[in-house]
Amino acid sequence: MIRMTWHQSRYDLRAFLRNRQSQFFTLALPILFLVIFASVFRNGTVQVPGGRISTSVYYVPGIMALGVIAACFANLVASVTAQRERGVLKRRRATPVPAAAIIAGRVLVAIVLAVVMAAVLLGIGWAAYGASVPGRTALALAVTVVIGAASFCCLGYALTSLIRNEDTAQPVTQALLLPLYFISGVFVAVSILPHWLADVGEIFPVRHLANALLIAYNPHTSGLGFAGLDLLIVAAWGAAGLLVALRTFSWQPLGR
Amino acid sequence: MDSISSERSAGQAGTASARVEPVISVRGLVKRYDSHQAVAGIDLEVRHGEIFAFLGPNGAGKTTTVEILEGFRRRTAGEVSVLGQDPATAGGAWRDRVGVVLQESEPEPGLSVRECLAMYAGYYRKPRDIDQTIALVGLTAKAGTLGTRLSGGQRRRLDFALALIGDPELIFLDEPTTGFDPSARRAAWEVVAGLRKLGKTIFLTTHYMDEAEYLADRIMVLSAGHIVAEGTPRTLGGRDHMSTAISFTLPGGLAPRDLPAGLSPLAEPGPAELIVVHSESPLVHLQMLSDWALGRGFDLPDLDVHRPTLEEVYLSLTGSTSTKDRP
Repeated sequence: MIRMTWHQSRYDLRAFLRNRQSQFFTLALPILFLVIFASVFRNGTVQVPGGRISTSVYYVPGIMALGVIAACFANLVASVTAQRERGVLKRRRATPVPAAAIIAGRVLVAIVLAVVMAAVLLGIGWAAYGASVPGRTALALAVTVVIGAASFCCLGYALTSLIRNEDTAQPVTQALLLPLYFISGVFVAVSILPHWLADVGEIFPVRHLANALLIAYNPHTSGLGFAGLDLLIVAAWGAAGLLVALRTFSWQPLGR
Repeated sequence: MDSISSERSAGQAGTASARVEPVISVRGLVKRYDSHQAVAGIDLEVRHGEIFAFLGPNGAGKTTTVEILEGFRRRTAGEVSVLGQDPATAGGAWRDRVGVVLQESEPEPGLSVRECLAMYAGYYRKPRDIDQTIALVGLTAKAGTLGTRLSGGQRRRLDFALALIGDPELIFLDEPTTGFDPSARRAAWEVVAGLRKLGKTIFLTTHYMDEAEYLADRIMVLSAGHIVAEGTPRTLGGRDHMSTAISFTLPGGLAPRDLPAGLSPLAEPGPAELIVVHSESPLVHLQMLSDWALGRGFDLPDLDVHRPTLEEVYLSLTGSTSTKDRP
């Protein structure tokens, strides 16, 4: 099973690296967002727990959440839906490969991409905006990225069952995510949002992933930087997604 | 045709000496979708090493049946055994022995032909050699090309290769040449004929009669969920006992009553002044006709001897039901 998962992930990664559109949305766009937002608001500061930090630094963990979600949710939904609608998943299921290995292989690729993106954004924050790379909270940051990545993979698999046509996968995920990025502290600091909007954002996992990453990244954080409640909420969303996915996931085309 | 028929008889000789138990055995298979009965209690058996063709119009229940045999769909009732196991519950070890070419499937995005085969080879316990399999389906020149850049016929050959890479005993081919141009179909037939030589058992669905005639050892015709005929391409639907139509035009001034006594009662007027003789013993009647014509010193330049084609037999078997079938 582990060998088969590894085998599958090697080919899934190779396929990802040959898809320009996936690369743009997953790797280039988060970097572009960080550079744009950090440049536009470069002179400001944001109130965070324990003090104020420069707005450019504030954007690093927020865009990190976006990078994790792009790799594990948006890209996963688009590619899995396309594979399903093209009969690729059904053909794989006609072979002896265990279903769990196909899914675990794909999830492994998403998590690796999420970790790579987090590291790249961390590097940009350090090199361009003078943000320190956290030492004491490094473990919390890594754990948060992985829990967020795994949870959004589960949510991604749950969403694929609701999308019957591969062409609608990308618009649907963006329509879900863009408003959430605005009300979850990714594009706009939560402190300047109206209360009711911030409260709506509290419901969804994007807000909690961004917050957990901010706590692990914030130089004013004392302790190890684990945002227990936020991580719990993200993981609960992931578990709910997993339950839905287990009940509804289809290996066969739905649109035909 | 000669080489094919000799291969065919060789295949059947192999069957007799090999396993006795059938590769596929189905008893009373029923599949119901809500109120619609897609498969209405069919029996079938596929023997080791044969190419079994499953024919029928769209909506006859072909794909439903195949997908039940492949383990993709659950049946409503009946007994199904494929390679000694129930496909509905069979696991990876069973899948290791079965190859499937789906009716519709596209190449793995982002992988070349060889990479795609290497990925699938990793799924099986004892895969075939990758380059040899690519050569078998005639894709050697395209081994490094992305699957998504292949033409329709080449994609289908890649599908064949993916179904073969695990070295299966049984291969399902669900309408493998639909949408092909004639030369691509010929090429696909050669691949299937090659599989026969490897001793594989093949379950083929198609609605092309020439395909079934060229490839199949045995044919079963499904119509509206029922089996309406079973036989070899030569005997299906009583084809071997059907009368032969001998048609010709008589020279000016002659009428059917001028024909020899053995022929004139059988002669009927056909389209465009043709005379058609429906004959149970065409050789005798042809000799009678040619002796008569030559004795009078004329030729019959448009003489035509027509035996019912498999397609005509098929249409007579399914024609009455094909219009009310679901898509």
